[in-house]
Amino acid sequence: MVEATQTKSKESKNIKIVKDATCTFCGCVCDDMELTVDLDEHRITKAKKACVLGRAWFYEHTIDDRPVVLIDGKEATLEEGIETAAQVLVDAKFPITYGLSDSTCEAQRVAVEIMDIINGSIDTTTSVCHGPSGMAFQGVGESTATLGEIKNRADLVIYWGGNPAESHPRHFTKYAVTPKGMYIPNGKKDRTVVLVDVRRTPSTPLADIFVLIKPGKDFEVLWALRALVKGKKISENIEKDTGVSREVLDDLVSRMKNAQYGVLFFGMGLTMTRGRHFNSGAILSLASDLNEFTHFVAKPVRGHGNVTGADNVVSWQTGYPFGVNFNRGFPRFNPGEFTTTDVFSRGEADAAMIIASDPASNFPKKAIEHMKKIPIISLDAKDTCTSKIAKVRFAVATYGINTGGTVYRMDDVPISLRPAFDSPFPSDQEVLEGIRNRVKELLKGDKARLAA
Amino acid sequence: MVETMILVPGRSQKQGTSLVAGKLKDEYKRVTSTAELNEKDMRRLKLKDGDKIRLKSDVGQTVVTCIAKKDADLPSGMIFIPYGPPSSELMAHDTAGSGMPLSKHMEVKVSKV
Amino acid sequence: MSSELKIVNGRVYDPKNNIDGKVQDVYVRDGKIVESVSSSATKIDAHGMVVMPGAVDIHCHIAGPKVNLARKLQPEDHRLDVHPKTAVTRSGTGGVVPSTFATGYRYATMGYTTAMEAAVPPITARHVLEELDDTPVIDKGFYVLLGNNAFLYKLLKEGRKKEFQEAVAWWIDSVHGYALKLVNPGSDELWKGRKNANITDVNEKIDHYDITPMHVIESFIEAADELGLPHPPHIHCNNLGHSGNISTTLDTMKAAEGRRVHMAHIQFHSFGGEINKNAVSGVKPIIDFINANENITTDVGQVMFGKATAMTADAPLAWMLRNVKFNKWVNADTECESGCGIIPFSYQESVYTHALQWAMGLELFLMSKDPWRVLLSTDHPNGGSFMSYPKLIKLLMDSAYRKEAIEHVNQKAINKTVLRELTREYTLSEIAIITRAGPARALGLENKGHLGRGADADITIYTEEEDKEQMFNAPRYVIKDGVLVIKDHEFATDHKGKILHCKPGYNADIADEIEPFFEDYYSVKFSNYAVSEDYLHHHEVIPTHPKDS
Repeated sequence: MVEATQTKSKESKNIKIVKDATCTFCGCVCDDMELTVDLDEHRITKAKKACVLGRAWFYEHTIDDRPVVLIDGKEATLEEGIETAAQVLVDAKFPITYGLSDSTCEAQRVAVEIMDIINGSIDTTTSVCHGPSGMAFQGVGESTATLGEIKNRADLVIYWGGNPAESHPRHFTKYAVTPKGMYIPNGKKDRTVVLVDVRRTPSTPLADIFVLIKPGKDFEVLWALRALVKGKKISENIEKDTGVSREVLDDLVSRMKNAQYGVLFFGMGLTMTRGRHFNSGAILSLASDLNEFTHFVAKPVRGHGNVTGADNVVSWQTGYPFGVNFNRGFPRFNPGEFTTTDVFSRGEADAAMIIASDPASNFPKKAIEHMKKIPIISLDAKDTCTSKIAKVRFAVATYGINTGGTVYRMDDVPISLRPAFDSPFPSDQEVLEGIRNRVKELLKGDKARLAA
Repeated sequence: MVETMILVPGRSQKQGTSLVAGKLKDEYKRVTSTAELNEKDMRRLKLKDGDKIRLKSDVGQTVVTCIAKKDADLPSGMIFIPYGPPSSELMAHDTAGSGMPLSKHMEVKVSKV
Repeated sequence: MSSELKIVNGRVYDPKNNIDGKVQDVYVRDGKIVESVSSSATKIDAHGMVVMPGAVDIHCHIAGPKVNLARKLQPEDHRLDVHPKTAVTRSGTGGVVPSTFATGYRYATMGYTTAMEAAVPPITARHVLEELDDTPVIDKGFYVLLGNNAFLYKLLKEGRKKEFQEAVAWWIDSVHGYALKLVNPGSDELWKGRKNANITDVNEKIDHYDITPMHVIESFIEAADELGLPHPPHIHCNNLGHSGNISTTLDTMKAAEGRRVHMAHIQFHSFGGEINKNAVSGVKPIIDFINANENITTDVGQVMFGKATAMTADAPLAWMLRNVKFNKWVNADTECESGCGIIPFSYQESVYTHALQWAMGLELFLMSKDPWRVLLSTDHPNGGSFMSYPKLIKLLMDSAYRKEAIEHVNQKAINKTVLRELTREYTLSEIAIITRAGPARALGLENKGHLGRGADADITIYTEEEDKEQMFNAPRYVIKDGVLVIKDHEFATDHKGKILHCKPGYNADIADEIEPFFEDYYSVKFSNYAVSEDYLHHHEVIPTHPKDS
């Protein structure tokens, strides 16, 4: 969907303005950007309303001078790339597709389909982000809300294990803290903001209350809060164990129970530390428990632009959010077995398609060592450590800057992208559709050969 | 002198902006190999801003630059570093059946290079 | 190239065209029913078989954010019921909330070719359309949740009826919806704004708005009437599941004053007895009123024993169930538009309330005098999966089977109903009405639910069997848009159905009124809210018949 765009001539330059464009750097997916696009230079020169991360996102995604396809480091055509990629996938016994969080839902849908066709595995960056929160959700559910509801109603806003000022800069200003809302006429003045973390960060100054907690003790503190909310006894050693005093806990409990509409936002300080999904389960349960007293919601502050879309797509197509394997001709879900870190670390996958992510830089060393031994197909808008070791490397257009499509904000609200300028590179959706079609043909050929 | 500390990798603004500029570029490499330490810990280890330290975990080791943070901001015994290849080098692969390595909580041995 | 099909020697049940089991041929060309075909047409010999139009589900929950949350929530349910791929179809998982592909294929394998997703917060319409695009074979549309919409409430408060109607039309058009959906009107504001409170009376003032649920209900009935929408407001009343809720239900039906209204899953709204005490069946006054008032259609929302999932925009209801079951619970507030609650649930024969609800549903079916207006549903997956429809059909068609089933459930509950006295058996023609012709008529889908000339060639062919559950569980052939999708019980090809939606007319100036509200109270830009037609793919606009034209 491309609309509300105008072309005008300024200083003989070919300039376009894109209003209400969407930034896909982080899970905030702010859709109020005004982009000034220099069509001659193929770059965005101004991104009004963008935060520092958003500006970097828009300004840095220019058209790089690099080949569309490299096969074993040598330049090749798109068709040759698709052919080699399809062959690699069809020949593999245990292929895996990973990434997808910086990609549109339209592309994600094709990626899942390819794995369904070849009985591979599909996993997304969720597994090393809020995957544990997804597992906790399966166990205990979740009381949650869209961000506009937080803006309109939340008078108590708690951030736990996150640093939105640096990771999601507009989370405070556009959605949850400073904006005025329907029943929050004075913005921040009408809200109490609490931050819980193991260190002071640039987010800390915004909080009315800062709670410093010992690393790795989130579960203990959350469980103590649950007990206190229910009027039960807690350990007398709580301060010694967790760094948080009984007084601070009592004050928090009282504020939570007496809030009109409370929210617990949580970050990867919970999911990537000791306790993982137990931590997420504890915070989701705490929010649910509080509904006995008032209205309370919780929300993981999701990372990449469309990681929430990846969760949704994989869920609606397979029934499970990530870590899905099709070896038996139907989806099976088992984190730890089919999640990519584990599959690589155990040396299992014999081919991998990595879309819009960089496990070769972010994964544990042992996983990366295995990646170097198998054929990798990489689709990315930028060169990365992963694209460097790929057998087939596709350079693709950047979603939201060069292509349209659908992304889901961290609160599951779907938004359509408004591309700013064309790219000479294909979209990842186009490449994936090409691979899918070729894979189908190759498999048909196999069947015909077998029949003959 | 070698001390055991908790390494907490995480996002930072500069990590974010340098990431989109390009992960193979110098700025990203610089940002992801600069660790923050508690000022008192640094004094005890006889470190000053810009010194190189070696971080060693059960699975790997890496050398990064250190800078001091105030005692009130970063508790003693903790190190913060923006995510990147150096932190991955130290990360154990065990996910305890969750798919998620303990990427924000690693025990490391710290020593001056 | 034209594709032709002729189905010969079958026993045809086509109630709309007054055909009741007559052996006659059915002809298809290019996806439509025609009067004759050429001699080269593909022939299907339906000797000894029953030919019916494809079935239409008027009320189910199959796509969108709440469905996807319920899917994610229950891996345990998928593991037990896998859906392997075939040479022509995609894989998936089942359970009471199947994956999208499994949903489409499984509907088809039961002879259903159209299904309406019954509750969509408009801000999530893109998500719903993306899922529906991945829901194969069947045609589908969705109802737009507007009964708790903050902007529309503001217009009602200000008494601006005309603008209210324009805005309602704008909303349906902007998200490509099919009908208006009201769920527990007024409750959202109390749920979110007054610490999880709920509306208890249709004449109670809604916080901040100075209007009542009754006012909301009347306004939507009038708006749908003026706009000439093919389907009237689809209403989930206040007080669902509460003892003594029949007075609320009757008040709601009376508000229509002769204008069309559809009462969703009426079983859940037919409790007699006193508030907060043990419920009894209140079916009689409800079904008597429906029988006597031709403007009312309803779907039963039958409870079937076994696994279900409560999945509703009625957040206070899900909270009430959570406090009974203490099971894992989902609540999801949608800004300015809706609430949502999800909780896994099992209906058990031995539990008084569950058995009572099961019996009440059957009472409704068996005491209905007009099958065209009392339609089959389980409010999938709330009362049970759509996969249990064949069993429900058997309960309606086979009184001996029903009698035996009654003996296996809580007798105290049965004693609070008249179910034992009801010996009626539905005929095949009546089944064709409550699953095909009736829902199509209630929806205003003139090309569905029948086999007359010009109808969509959505056809199911069942082998005639004594055991009606077995019969309806597995049609021998399913034809969708003239394409033989299921042949000899197996998928012969994959197929994409279309989106059914409405485009009511309205004065475009209303957008200028809505926009400032968005800037203040929504978290998305107004210009990014309306859904592009790119999301519709294959689609059909069902015409409206506005009053003033």
